Amino acid sequence: MSDWLEATFAQQRPRAIAALTRVFRDIDTAEEAFAEACLKALTVWPKDGAPRDPLAWLLTTARNAGLDHVRKSQRRAAILSRHSEEFQPVPTETPDPDEVRDDVLRLLFICCHPELDRRDQIAIALRVVVGLSVEEIASGFLVKPKTMEQRITRAKKKIANNPVAFETPSPAERGARLGEVSLMVYLMFSEGWSTSAGPKQMKLTLCEEAIRLARLLVALFPAMGEQSALLALLLLQHARRRARIDADGKLVALDDQDRDLWDRSDIAEATGLLQKAQRIGHRGVYIIQAAIAAAHARAASSEDADWALIESHYAALHVLQPTPVVKLNQIAAQAKLHGPQYALNAMAPLENDLSAYRWYHAMRGGLLQETGDHKAAIAAFETVMTLAPTTLERDAVTEKIRLSQKELRGM
Amino acid sequence: MIYAITIYGEAGVFEALPKDRQDEVMSGHGALQTALKDRGEFVSIKLMPPTSAVMVEPATSEGTAPLITDGPFAETKENFLGFYAADFKDLDEALEYAKMISSPVARLEVRPVAWAGGVISSE
Repeated sequence: MSDWLEATFAQQRPRAIAALTRVFRDIDTAEEAFAEACLKALTVWPKDGAPRDPLAWLLTTARNAGLDHVRKSQRRAAILSRHSEEFQPVPTETPDPDEVRDDVLRLLFICCHPELDRRDQIAIALRVVVGLSVEEIASGFLVKPKTMEQRITRAKKKIANNPVAFETPSPAERGARLGEVSLMVYLMFSEGWSTSAGPKQMKLTLCEEAIRLARLLVALFPAMGEQSALLALLLLQHARRRARIDADGKLVALDDQDRDLWDRSDIAEATGLLQKAQRIGHRGVYIIQAAIAAAHARAASSEDADWALIESHYAALHVLQPTPVVKLNQIAAQAKLHGPQYALNAMAPLENDLSAYRWYHAMRGGLLQETGDHKAAIAAFETVMTLAPTTLERDAVTEKIRLSQKELRGM
Repeated sequence: MIYAITIYGEAGVFEALPKDRQDEVMSGHGALQTALKDRGEFVSIKLMPPTSAVMVEPATSEGTAPLITDGPFAETKENFLGFYAADFKDLDEALEYAKMISSPVARLEVRPVAWAGGVISSE
C-alpha cells in the first residue's frame, strides 16, 4: 500500500513544499512539516480512505504540524514576532490554484539563487522540490554522497541568508522567474544527459526529474508556449536514450542511431505539445530547438531528414541566440545540404571563438574525412583528445583516427 | 447494453510509482484487453497528460467564434485519463470486467453508453 501513497506524496510534494515555504518563510520547516503530514497520511489514509483532494489534506495537516513545531522550536521567537498574525490554525480547504502557481514558481526560483553555481541550483531543486535523497542526487552527478550533502547544506545556508520576496510577483517579475527556472530545468536535463554517457552505466535520474519539473511548469502555465516547447524538447531528446549507446557501451552519433529504438510514445507526446506551443505563436529558443528535434524525430533516417528546414530553424535560433555554437550547428545542417567543403569554409571564421570547444574539432575532423583529407582529419581528432572528452567520446574519436590512418596506409 | 468503463486519476501518480507497481497496473489492463478481445469488439482510449490539452470554450455571444484557450488550469485533483467501452450482458458483468483494472491510482466509473460509432486505432 505504501508504494501508492509514496507516489501520491511525490506528486504533491512540489506544490506542498512551495505553499509551506510561503507559510513558514523557511524551507527546512516546510520540509519537516510535509514529512510529518506524510507520516500521518500513512496511518490515516489506509484506515479512512484517501482524501479526494490529497493536496488540501496534506497542506492542512502539515501546516498544523509545522505550527506546532515552530511554537516549540528555538526559531519560534524570531519567526513569530515577524509573522504572528498568520499563524492561526486553518480548516481544510482547497488551495487557490493561482497562489499555488506563484508558490511553486517562487520555490523553484529560490533554488536558482544567483549566488549558487548552476550545479548547486540543480542539486537543491532536486532535494527540496522533487524530494530526491542526497544519495540519489549524488549518483546523478557522479559524486560521493558526503560531498553532495556538504554542497546542499552550504547552498541552503546561502539561500536562508538572502531571502526572495514573498509578495505576489508582478507579471514582469513572474516572466523573469519563469525564464530563469526554465533554464535551470533545461540544464538539469543536459547535466543528466552528459553524465549518463559516462563510463558508468546510464543513469537518467536527472533527465527524468527534469522532465517531471518541465511537466510541472506546463501544468502551472498552460498558456506559455515556451514551457510546452521545453517539455517537448526534453521528451524528444529523452526518446533517443536507448539508441545513443550501443550494446558495447559505445556512444552512437545521431546520424547512426537505430531509429526503431527511439521511444515513439515520448515522440508522440512531444509532437502534441509542440503543436500546441506553435499555435500560441511566440517563437522562443525552446520552441525552435524542439522544432529541430521534431524534424529529426519525423525522419526515418538521417538522409531522410528535412535538412533545409533544420537549417532554417538554426538560422532563426541564431537570431535569438547569436552564439558561435548555434552557428556551428547551423553549418552542420548546411554540410548536409551543400557538402563538406562548403561547411569547412563556413566554419573557418569560428575557429578563434571555438578553439577550445571539442565539438568544433570533432565536426571538422568528420568533414575532412568526408573530403578525403585524412591527414588533416587526424590532426583535428587529435585536438579533440586534448580537450578533455568523456571516456565514451574518447573511444569514438580513437576509432575515427584509426579509420583515417587505415585510409592513409591504403593510399 | 454497451457500457463505458471510464478512468479518472491524478496525472503523474502512475509515473511516480516504482516499476514493479507500474507493471502490476499494466498487467490488469493487459488482462482486460485480452478478455474483451476474446468476447468481441471493444474500444479503448488512453489520453495523454492533461498538460497537452487545448480547450475550446463556447462562444460568448451569437456570431462570435468559440474561444480557444491553452489547456485546463493546474488542477491538482482527478483527471479523465481514458476509457474502455464494450457490449456487456448487464451492469454486473461490466462491473466484473472493471474490477480487473482497479488500482489505488484510478477511480473507475461504469456508465451505459447512449451511442457509439467510428473505428480508430493508433497501432
